[in-house]
Amino acid sequence: MIFLIPILPLLGFLFIALSGKRLVKGFAALIGCTSVFVSFCFSITLFVKLLYGAAPMEATLFRWISAGSFSSSISFLIDPLSSLMLLIITGIGFLIHVYSVGYMHDDAAFNRFFSYLNLFVFFMLLLVMGSNYLLMFVGWEGVGLCSYLLIGFWFKNQDYNDAANKAFIMNRVGDLGLIVGVILIFTHFGSIDYKTVFSAASNISQGEWWVTLVTTLLFIGAMGKSAQIPLYTWLPDAMAGPTPVSALIHAATMVTAGVYMVARNNILYSLSPVAMELVLVTGLVTALFAATIALTQNDIKKVLAYSTVSQLGLMFVALGVGAYASGIFHMATHAFFKALLFLGAGSVIHALHGQQDIRSMGGLKKYISVTYVTFLIGVLAISGIPPFAGFFSKDEILANAFQQSPVAWGIAVLASLLTVFYMFRLLFLTFFGKERAGEEAMHHIHESPKSMTVPLIILAVLSTVGGFMGLPELFGGGNWISNFLSPVFASSKELRVEHHLSHVTEYALMGTIVAFTLAIIVFAYSRYVSKAHVPAAEGAELSTLHKTLYRKYYVDEIYDTVIVKPLFWLSKLFDIVIEKSGIDRLVNLIHESLNDWSATFRRLQNGYLGYYIFVMVMGVILVIAFSYTR
Amino acid sequence: MLTALLIFIPLAASVVVLATKPFLAKFISFSVSLAVLAVSLVTAFQFDKTQGTQFALNLPWVTSLGINFSVGIDGISLLLVLLTTVLMPGIILSSFRDTSKPSSFYSLMLLMQSAMIGVFVSLDGFLFYIFWEVALIPIYFICLGWGGENRGRITLKFFIYTLTGSLFMLVALIYLYFKTPGQHTFAIQALYDAGHLLSSTQQALVFVALFLAFAIKMPIFPFHTWQPDTYTVAPVEGTMLLSAIMLKMGIYGVIRWLIPMVPLAVKTWGGVALSLSVIGIVYASCIAIVQKDFKRLIAYSSIAHVGLISAGLMTLTVVGMQGAMIQMVSHGIVVFGLFYVVEIISDRAKTRDLSQLGGIRNVAPLLATVFMVIMLGSVALPITSGFVGEFLLINSLVQYKLWIGVIAATTMILGAVYMFRTYQKVMSGETNGVTALVNDLSHYERLVLFPVVILIVLIGIYPGPLLDISEAAVKNLLSIYPDLTAVVK
Repeated sequence: MIFLIPILPLLGFLFIALSGKRLVKGFAALIGCTSVFVSFCFSITLFVKLLYGAAPMEATLFRWISAGSFSSSISFLIDPLSSLMLLIITGIGFLIHVYSVGYMHDDAAFNRFFSYLNLFVFFMLLLVMGSNYLLMFVGWEGVGLCSYLLIGFWFKNQDYNDAANKAFIMNRVGDLGLIVGVILIFTHFGSIDYKTVFSAASNISQGEWWVTLVTTLLFIGAMGKSAQIPLYTWLPDAMAGPTPVSALIHAATMVTAGVYMVARNNILYSLSPVAMELVLVTGLVTALFAATIALTQNDIKKVLAYSTVSQLGLMFVALGVGAYASGIFHMATHAFFKALLFLGAGSVIHALHGQQDIRSMGGLKKYISVTYVTFLIGVLAISGIPPFAGFFSKDEILANAFQQSPVAWGIAVLASLLTVFYMFRLLFLTFFGKERAGEEAMHHIHESPKSMTVPLIILAVLSTVGGFMGLPELFGGGNWISNFLSPVFASSKELRVEHHLSHVTEYALMGTIVAFTLAIIVFAYSRYVSKAHVPAAEGAELSTLHKTLYRKYYVDEIYDTVIVKPLFWLSKLFDIVIEKSGIDRLVNLIHESLNDWSATFRRLQNGYLGYYIFVMVMGVILVIAFSYTR
Repeated sequence: MLTALLIFIPLAASVVVLATKPFLAKFISFSVSLAVLAVSLVTAFQFDKTQGTQFALNLPWVTSLGINFSVGIDGISLLLVLLTTVLMPGIILSSFRDTSKPSSFYSLMLLMQSAMIGVFVSLDGFLFYIFWEVALIPIYFICLGWGGENRGRITLKFFIYTLTGSLFMLVALIYLYFKTPGQHTFAIQALYDAGHLLSSTQQALVFVALFLAFAIKMPIFPFHTWQPDTYTVAPVEGTMLLSAIMLKMGIYGVIRWLIPMVPLAVKTWGGVALSLSVIGIVYASCIAIVQKDFKRLIAYSSIAHVGLISAGLMTLTVVGMQGAMIQMVSHGIVVFGLFYVVEIISDRAKTRDLSQLGGIRNVAPLLATVFMVIMLGSVALPITSGFVGEFLLINSLVQYKLWIGVIAATTMILGAVYMFRTYQKVMSGETNGVTALVNDLSHYERLVLFPVVILIVLIGIYPGPLLDISEAAVKNLLSIYPDLTAVVK
């Protein structure tokens, strides 16, 4: 059964891909959805087994790559962490498959879309199910490929292809770090199996320099995949892909792979305080940085993209302070509400026939009420309004950050409050106020079909109640998710000094944040609804700060000047100066000088028979003379 | 006996084809290549992977000079023989245009196959040299007779360049020959023994001479400048022969005739060879990024890939050498597919200029998909054949020295840059006037390319059997470096 979970989506991919256009759309959709749904059912079974106390399960298919002392196999590990990931991937994956049936209905390449989507689910499952680093790497690069394929799904548009290439190449930078980290793990542990490595790791003393090196390298991989500074700029561009892709790959699952990976390696990270610090700082800076950019964006998907980058940063904050379970908890709730928000945005875009600019929206709530209500729930959840899902998970991260350092807490809170503002800005500009969409668009506006609204409703329910799986002690809960995951984080827990906040402090922190949150919502309401403020049109004069944020701190331009262009210059230099005028010139010179020499020697062969005979006779005499002298 | 068949079937056929009617030439050559493939498969099935050299044949040839017709197959040889025999039918099939003078053309191809197999199975220094040189002649004439613009000047340069390298090798072999005790002999084991007894200076000289020959053949930076021109100007079959199989002669030479021959020098100077190879990876990848000619771009990518292989070899570890073995197989298949795709496109669009191509995916989706898979093999995406080798090679280099490993591993990034950009320029975007005429793969082309795609994925998922073939031979070969093959801790 374990094997079937990844294999079914793979079969789905193969079937749809190999049938090509011959397959009727409906059938392709059926296969695509069913394969993921069956995997989901199997995942539930495994999950229930673990829930009732079964030991982690391992299953090996066959030996994969081996040479000398190196060996790796195709084998899977089902433990609480991976089984939770399985539920998210197949569960939300299934909902998004269903949603896509409606969303992609009119696309000519409908079948191709479903084949890619199934392939993605396959690789994502490999990533979390693999019981060794190399198999995780297979999934890791595989989802990168699918991300590339789906960002550039509409391949006639070269801008989209640029975005796809950027995503793949930038991810490869991270992958380079990851693979070198994996190799160093093999060098030091003599194995790349999680089990062997983690059990050997408990004998290592804290603060070994090579552990820091390994974990840092692994984290570079996480930076790429989970879009953290400095490798985050691909994710906003990745919004070129169809919206279900943004929801599934670029919000709910793939981009959280880095979080999963760090959590999986919690023991190694806990051995290296320096690496933990790096994770924490990167997370904090990214969370704040991306949130400020999101304040000014006018593309509905771009706002959500920067929000994703920011939320991922928050998850890394959790990991960085050693609250691994909280990181995973927030990853789960984020998967619910961010998938919901993206799908909601997709429904808006669908209703407006491709319009993505919030300046041309407004007043949509009465036309597409299901989308509106579900989107509202998503916004409440991400803003951390109790009792929606985001409240609990975010609160847990903030409380943990506070224990580590009030400064970290302050930055994280600031990022969260900015999130509240830009999310409500988005909500108000889209659904409230004047209708700015133009008569033609408003005339055709329609609520999305059932296949799209039902997933929205389910995700809205999850976003509402999802937080209760981590209900803290404070509210009489047992923090189920933290207990469920505790075996995975058991050994690293021993290395951490546990603080406990008093209930009073916890209430005070929580109360402060909620109060600020409400104040910000009121402010956003007055600005965007009461005063009906609309962001400046393209090309309008902006203040320096506003412009810097709007242009995303010019990071793309900086990367272009500092990395991309120099690489091309260097390549040109190699090609023109060193290759053509250097090495090849030298080779030809040797050749030419030889030519000159042979021109000299050619005179010896002048074609006169008499001359040849003369030389021959002289030669014979010399040979004879030579042999006599010996 | 099987070994001799592998050499003599194509050799005999090459004479026969020369005499047959032109329209039969291709058919006969193809059938012969299939027959040789069958023989090689029989060999592979009878091969005992736990044993050393098998199917040995040792006939006296020039007894007075100690030269024997001595051939045999171990795991290392077998993989390369298989690569040759598997690709050969494909290369013959891929020559779909009306070749002028087909009799001579296919005769030369078969002669080439015979000589290359000879190189991979020779256990006598002189025989090895003969096959090595014989292989050069047909490819020279193939390039000269059927090549593109400027072929005269370019193929002459190629010929002289590689011939110069071979002369160094000949000198080194003769030198070793004279160092063999008693009745001099070219037998490989005797040469090994003679090499081991040399002083470190003498070993260094032999190392330089042999390495030059092999480095030029592969080619390794900075001995590579003949390669892009030659690959570009050669007819596609010639390019395939050169890149998919012939360059492996150079790598094979390092494995069989250099590393076990002069261990002291290899330990001392191997680092230099390794460094050159690693420089070549970055250097050639960068140049590939700015190429405008599709075929030339692939040529430079080949230099980068070969650089990684030879760098891994020079770590003298089982992991590195096994990586090199599997990567040779993978590179052969991948580069064959790439050049075929280039040929198909340039044949239909009448240009290889990347700036003029684009949007082929709209008109030829199957071609685009096939190219995508081959490209993924080239950039070493996991579960393609390219990943297995690249991972093992980078693994060996990281263990050799971390920073060198990291530089070598930048091929992951740079490879993605030039290949994905190429895919975008050729396949994606809107179809234009040039590419509108590109129709999708014919049945005939599918027959060649589908096996390529299947092999790339299959080897990527299940490389075990191939790795097993050469593991024992590689361990045996490296046993003279006991301190290096121990697990690095």
